[in-house]
Amino acid sequence: MRYLPKSPADREAMLKAIGARSINDLFAPIPDQYRLRHDLKVPRQMAESEIMDWFDQCSHENGDEYSIFLGAGTYYHYRPVIIDSLISRGEFLTAYTPYQPEVSQGTLQSIFEFQTMICELTGMEVANASMYDGSTASTEAVLMAVRLTGRRSVTVARSIHPEYREVLETYALNQGIPLTTVSFGENGRISLKDLEKSFTPDTGCVLVQSPNFFGTIEDVAAIADIAHKHGALLVVAISEAVSLGIVEPPRQADIIAMEAQSFGVPLGFGGPYCGLIATREQNVRQMPGRLVGQTVDRKGKRGFVLTLATREQHIRREKATSNICTNQALVALMANIFMTVYGKVGLKELAKQNLAKTAYAASKFGKHAKVLFPNAPRFNEFVVQTKEDPYVINNRLLGHKIVGGFPLKKFLPELGNAALWCCTEMTGRTAIDTAAGVLAESEATEPVREAAEVAQ
Amino acid sequence: MTPMTRKATRHISQNEGLIFEKSSPGKAAFKLAPLDVPEVDTAKLLGSSERKDLGNMPEVSEIEIIRHFTRLSTWNYAIDLGMYPLGSCTMKYNPRVNEAVTRLPGLANGHPYQPEKISQGALRIIKTLSECLTEITGMDAITLQPAAGAHGELTGLLLVRGYLQSKGNPRKKILIPDSAHGTNPATAATVGYAVENLKSNSAGMVDIPSLAAQMNEDVAALMLTNPNTLGVFEQEIHKIAELMHAKGGLLYMDGANMNALVGKARPGDFGVDVMHLNLHKTFSTPHGGGGPGSGPVAVKKFLEPFLPKPVIVTKADGTLGFDYNRPLSVGRVRAFYGNFGMFTRALAYILANGPDGLRQTTEDAVLNANYIRKALEGVYDLPYSTPSMHEVVFSDKLQAKQGVKTGDIAKRLIDYGFHPYTVSFPLIVHGALMIEPTESESKEELDLFIEAMRSIAQEVQEEPQTVLEAPHNTRVSRLDEVAAARKPVLRWKPAAQ
Repeated sequence: MRYLPKSPADREAMLKAIGARSINDLFAPIPDQYRLRHDLKVPRQMAESEIMDWFDQCSHENGDEYSIFLGAGTYYHYRPVIIDSLISRGEFLTAYTPYQPEVSQGTLQSIFEFQTMICELTGMEVANASMYDGSTASTEAVLMAVRLTGRRSVTVARSIHPEYREVLETYALNQGIPLTTVSFGENGRISLKDLEKSFTPDTGCVLVQSPNFFGTIEDVAAIADIAHKHGALLVVAISEAVSLGIVEPPRQADIIAMEAQSFGVPLGFGGPYCGLIATREQNVRQMPGRLVGQTVDRKGKRGFVLTLATREQHIRREKATSNICTNQALVALMANIFMTVYGKVGLKELAKQNLAKTAYAASKFGKHAKVLFPNAPRFNEFVVQTKEDPYVINNRLLGHKIVGGFPLKKFLPELGNAALWCCTEMTGRTAIDTAAGVLAESEATEPVREAAEVAQ
Repeated sequence: MTPMTRKATRHISQNEGLIFEKSSPGKAAFKLAPLDVPEVDTAKLLGSSERKDLGNMPEVSEIEIIRHFTRLSTWNYAIDLGMYPLGSCTMKYNPRVNEAVTRLPGLANGHPYQPEKISQGALRIIKTLSECLTEITGMDAITLQPAAGAHGELTGLLLVRGYLQSKGNPRKKILIPDSAHGTNPATAATVGYAVENLKSNSAGMVDIPSLAAQMNEDVAALMLTNPNTLGVFEQEIHKIAELMHAKGGLLYMDGANMNALVGKARPGDFGVDVMHLNLHKTFSTPHGGGGPGSGPVAVKKFLEPFLPKPVIVTKADGTLGFDYNRPLSVGRVRAFYGNFGMFTRALAYILANGPDGLRQTTEDAVLNANYIRKALEGVYDLPYSTPSMHEVVFSDKLQAKQGVKTGDIAKRLIDYGFHPYTVSFPLIVHGALMIEPTESESKEELDLFIEAMRSIAQEVQEEPQTVLEAPHNTRVSRLDEVAAARKPVLRWKPAAQ
């Protein structure tokens, strides 16, 4: 086996040194009846070229030649080449969690820079070293708010990513945290009237997303006022990080839970991504996840360490702030490099391009179908309601090598034939025009299914 | 000091400040393509939501970024540089073909919501890996959704809870041996269970009479790491399983140490009901400085209906798809389908090994640990004489007499060119040195490590101060962790104007 650095003679010599007759002596602690006598039924050992071929085939069968209009929690942005050049360095790729700071300063300093940039972008005072993803970070942020307030119920906007809501439901159910959902209004934003009504004296926090699942930017200041008036905290989830280049961050929030995938992390069929939590200094001791802090060595030289570990499971066990152990360091490094490449000026220009492409597409599509929620600002997503089932339209678009918007029926049946479309700097005008053309044709002809319904 | 130079020697490393300290207005590392649609008036589109300023975000050029991160990288130790014997972390070689397959365009750019008919490649990867892992563990079904080991534990306990709830009573407690990882009790608490500790016997294994006494109808499950954190196989595993099952409880296995078993024994055969795997340990996906991981959870048939949704299915037309219609599912633990990029890597590893390679890997991992044990026994105190599997745990009892602790020995090991072992864990061994070499070390590297450990033991007797002040050859000496925690500085700030 090509990864194993031993000759048969080495193995012999080592067994002899140990005083074992055969390798099976070393497995004697496993009761005889449980020792496997046959080969595992997994594919035979393959050459590297065969492995590449196998995956190459999978890659070709995975839509490698389509233009996509999908966002909905993960976004197709350009990834500067140097991200992969740098994260492929073995010293980053094959290092462990930096528990031994003297031989981990590279990872530690880069996380410190990551934490700093996230603070700058979100307007928060502290950010952690990363979490699994936006969905689990949102859930952990809510649990954090529950600990901070000592109140046990939570109000959730229906306009957050539906899968974030599902993850929260899974955790909340077993911790006895009741969830109240508040719907959205005509403008796609959370209904402030319903929000006001949702509070009880036991409401610990409100969870909204901005830009929300529809791409609509919430009125965070107004939501914060209401939450704070009731003594609750405001948790804001951000799933499209590039929005921070042009959209005012939710500074009025108490906790921000973010998905940083847009910052240079591949779509990768859903992961790994890069969640994180940012908050105010006063809340830091209830924050889950790893934190890097600056300190000095014995000679007074600046260095970095993992800090405030007394929040964590390896010290506190069942009393820890979370059971999280591994974070997403390498993915956070991708995000770090991305933020550094675009920086102060580039992130804004990038975000502007997203805004422009989306505005163009929304106006094009709006000529043939209904673009919902027109009365509030949006970033790079918009909802299009059609007469025809969006799955049918999408099937037609596949013929043009286009993956259309995400049909919302599964999660939000009240919106009927609606789909969530997304444009980034990667979306070409030609693809937008082609999609708009197909949409126009679909909407101009009487849909077959509806005709059948009329006949009934 | 002669042995030190055999493995490591000093070299120049570059100084490098924070990226913010290199920033100045007008430098840039980006260039956007010309906009092919009309420009927009952002103020008009966004109104009061428009952001005006990005604060102290850096402005630097591309070469500066390359040098910045390359310099930082040289300050890290890594598997690619040498042995990384962190016990219970399984720091094995991370094959590069894993990286290559993950970056193939259809996989790297696949959107999780793209239609199933153009996702057959990704779905086949998920299905093939699922089949391999259920075969390797001897279980019946699996979910790949959990993002890490602790997340897998959480999912596993949710399954336990869901199942017991369906029988009418979710029960109250989880039993956890005192040798367990901290994530186990933290996870039990997250799922709403009380934690009850179970003490180990003098051989470092679960004390069967204690288990029998503590097991009752309030206990939902026992979370057992096997081999446990001492590197010891729980030889009475069948009795443990029987005791749990007799009172309606489940046996959860923390698969952190699966590198001792692959191809040699299967948890499903010895009574485990539910377990998680760490793809970033056993299946060679890179640790990346602390993630991403992946923590699939494998279960017996009776737990399958409770798995997180969606699950992968073969449809009537033979294509693969996701099934969301799972009324008994415990729900969802993460958006989308899990850390797919880790699935491709783990599968590439399994394909590169095949059944014979996987077995040889396990044998070499166990051989390496026992070789170290034999060579260092007596030089360091061995608190449990029970046979070791893939890792060995010593204590600093002999060195503590000179005032030198496990943490000091670990720091000194850095000077010899090795990453430290796991320090002060498991908690049941006072002053533990937990060493897991993995299969990736040659006899030569192991001999150098043994020589280093012996040399340090000698230094402890002859010049303990050298060990107490280690490391001596790193960029920074020991860092003030107390000050870091007392007055946390968690971000850079510009100097006051």
